[in-house]
Amino acid sequence: MTPFYDIAKDPQGYARDWKARTQSKIVGYFCSYAPEEIIWASGALPYRILGGGPTIERADAHLQAYSCSLVRGALDDALAGRLDFIDGTVFPHTCDSIQRLSDIWRLNTGFDFHLDLVLPVKLNTHSAEQYMQDVIQKFRQDLADGLKVTITAGMLKKAIETFNGIRSNMRRLYALTSQRSDLISGSDLQAIVKASMVMDRDELCGRLAETCEGLAAQHAESGIEKIPLVLTGGICNMPDIYRQIEDAGGTVVGDDFCTGSRYFEGSMDVQIDPLNAIAQRYYRRINCPAKHRDCFSRGDHLLKIVDNTRARGVIFVLLKFCDPHAFDFPYLKEFLDRAGVPSMLLEIEEQQIATEQLKTRLEAFIERL
Amino acid sequence: MGVSMPDRKNSKDLEREKRKIKSVKRMKEIMTDYYIEAKTAAQTGKKVAWITSGGPVEPLIAMDVIPVYPENHGAMIGAAKMGVDLCQQAEAMGYSRDLCSYARADIGSAPIDGGPIGGLPRPDMLVCCNNICGTVLKWYEIQARHFDVPLFILDTPFCHTEFSDAAKKYVRAQIGEYVEFLEQACGHRTDPDRMAEVGRLALECQRLWQKVLDTTMHRPAPLSAFDAFFHLALIVTLRGTQTAVDYYRALLKEMEERVAAGIGAIPDERYRLLWDNLPIWYRTRWLSEKFAAHGACLVADTYTSAWCSNMQYLDEDHFLDSMAEGYTRIYLNISVDQMAENILQMIAKYDVDGLVMHSNRSCKPYSLGQYDIQKILQRKSGIATMIIEADMVDERSFSESQIETRIDAFMEVLKQKKGIGQSA
Repeated sequence: MTPFYDIAKDPQGYARDWKARTQSKIVGYFCSYAPEEIIWASGALPYRILGGGPTIERADAHLQAYSCSLVRGALDDALAGRLDFIDGTVFPHTCDSIQRLSDIWRLNTGFDFHLDLVLPVKLNTHSAEQYMQDVIQKFRQDLADGLKVTITAGMLKKAIETFNGIRSNMRRLYALTSQRSDLISGSDLQAIVKASMVMDRDELCGRLAETCEGLAAQHAESGIEKIPLVLTGGICNMPDIYRQIEDAGGTVVGDDFCTGSRYFEGSMDVQIDPLNAIAQRYYRRINCPAKHRDCFSRGDHLLKIVDNTRARGVIFVLLKFCDPHAFDFPYLKEFLDRAGVPSMLLEIEEQQIATEQLKTRLEAFIERL
Repeated sequence: MGVSMPDRKNSKDLEREKRKIKSVKRMKEIMTDYYIEAKTAAQTGKKVAWITSGGPVEPLIAMDVIPVYPENHGAMIGAAKMGVDLCQQAEAMGYSRDLCSYARADIGSAPIDGGPIGGLPRPDMLVCCNNICGTVLKWYEIQARHFDVPLFILDTPFCHTEFSDAAKKYVRAQIGEYVEFLEQACGHRTDPDRMAEVGRLALECQRLWQKVLDTTMHRPAPLSAFDAFFHLALIVTLRGTQTAVDYYRALLKEMEERVAAGIGAIPDERYRLLWDNLPIWYRTRWLSEKFAAHGACLVADTYTSAWCSNMQYLDEDHFLDSMAEGYTRIYLNISVDQMAENILQMIAKYDVDGLVMHSNRSCKPYSLGQYDIQKILQRKSGIATMIIEADMVDERSFSESQIETRIDAFMEVLKQKKGIGQSA
């Protein structure tokens, strides 16, 4: 587990070392809708930008205080040179804030290339599916131009295999967490997820397989019974609330985060055209609240996660000023209420949590379960 | 004394009467009729569609569906100073106070029929075009669940640096899907001749509205942005109807007469300003008077002109085809640098001395990027700018004393700048 924790703690340091070691390029990206498979196929390392230095100084000259801390933190990192190892950036279209951040980023940061990936917002029509394919096709070309490389079908197929391996192992780990949380905790999983978004993907794939094998070989010890919980919401750069949940007597057995299960859902078909296979996955995977499948897809999905993991409660973790998630909260809560699943809401900003207050609230909630 | 006081009062009244825009009365009649028709639709058997302000209304008009605009409702709620109450209703339902106040006011109003007109008529369908923001997508999902009615989404890919061929193809396909959706919801086919006629009227309406706005190139400007905020209602709600065309023709005539007679929107226009972002609906009069007291008239704005920003892409002979581009490349669906270019053009066109930006907590697509626009403008034109931090409907985000101080300081800068300019 240690390498994952190390990388999660200092992703920028890891990226700099990787670059020095491999003499290769690094492509920064936002959001789990960026087709990392294509970036990795090009020979560059996909690096998810999550922002979140301890203070924000430079970004305030560009963004109002009512922007979320992801957007402000990421821009601050870029302007302060903390992302100097990046060769270019990929902005998938998601929410209004990321949309404007892309403009501000393009005008102020000066990285070698800047790619906007204007994906469809609705994911339930034939024309949207076709458009998704067109956008992915164009992205391959734009990225190749930006990096001055050629991305062949063979390279894409290899990357697809790597990502299928990563995702299936991640799903195994998620399943293990929900079944045997004494073997792998929510904190462990969180460290792995964080590391997975910035690591050398071949190395990641190997390590994940080893981790899964290692865990499967261990015998479960009967520890103290903890209350299984599911996390949902939209905090992209999660502070360590897993530990606090564990201290309060709970354990995280599943999530519906874009920095979590949504990121690992779905395999790509290795039999069909690779770009089409990639487009299909992004078109079909469970949607982010900034995208539309139908008016109930996220509620149904959340209930399914609760069901599959046999969780006894749900914690909404919302990032302050994240509109898409805040709009979905009342309906998702209502879905849970009707199904008799207790839930609580935590609103988080800039990684700042009043620890004592959080502890009291978590304990009160878990007590209730 | 006893004689001169009433006299002075009379002349002040006369002066005010002279400046009053006479078309206002007609506008109020049209809007009243429109809302009565919409609110009695259930009795008359007409269908009602709720639609976003940037949405393609023309096919609805052509299908004889009554378009209803929750955003216009939000503006009315704001102007009636009922925003805080209804926003709090939504907050009690679990919606964060940080969310768009149009959305909150409308969501808060729907279950209780709140607001100045006792709530909007129940929709038979919802039409959401995301060319203005992603917020409308969430808002319309909420109302689709609440009213249990079909939702059509027109997805207009954002134009950061281009409107790609793929995007064009995608939006054009959706225009067809939209028409099919309406035909299904209405149970009858579209009449192509009627559609063409509506498209022609819509474009004519836009042209007239732009001409009305362009009368402010004259000094003194015959109407201000505050007037435009009011007269905007028809270009949003009734675009594509003869009623709107007739109205704007009459309004244009009135403005041309004012220009000929030298009647300005304010008594003594010494400074000309440009407004950016949505109005602060509950304080339009206060702001208007505040600026007027400094001899400043807000002669143009980026908001009311947004409904004309796509005219260059629309083709009245192939209206449905041209809608794809016309509805995608509108003012808010373009990048910060393109918006800055548009503002630069407006600065030159209306010959303004300064720019007032409303940093609107409710509208991220409009507000995030304003600081960069400010820098671009300062670099390219040296124009003075000020920012008002507020919200369009939620009065809790309006600090009068702070804003007053800012306006006074800004006007002081303009006075000095102009003074220096004149002496040089």
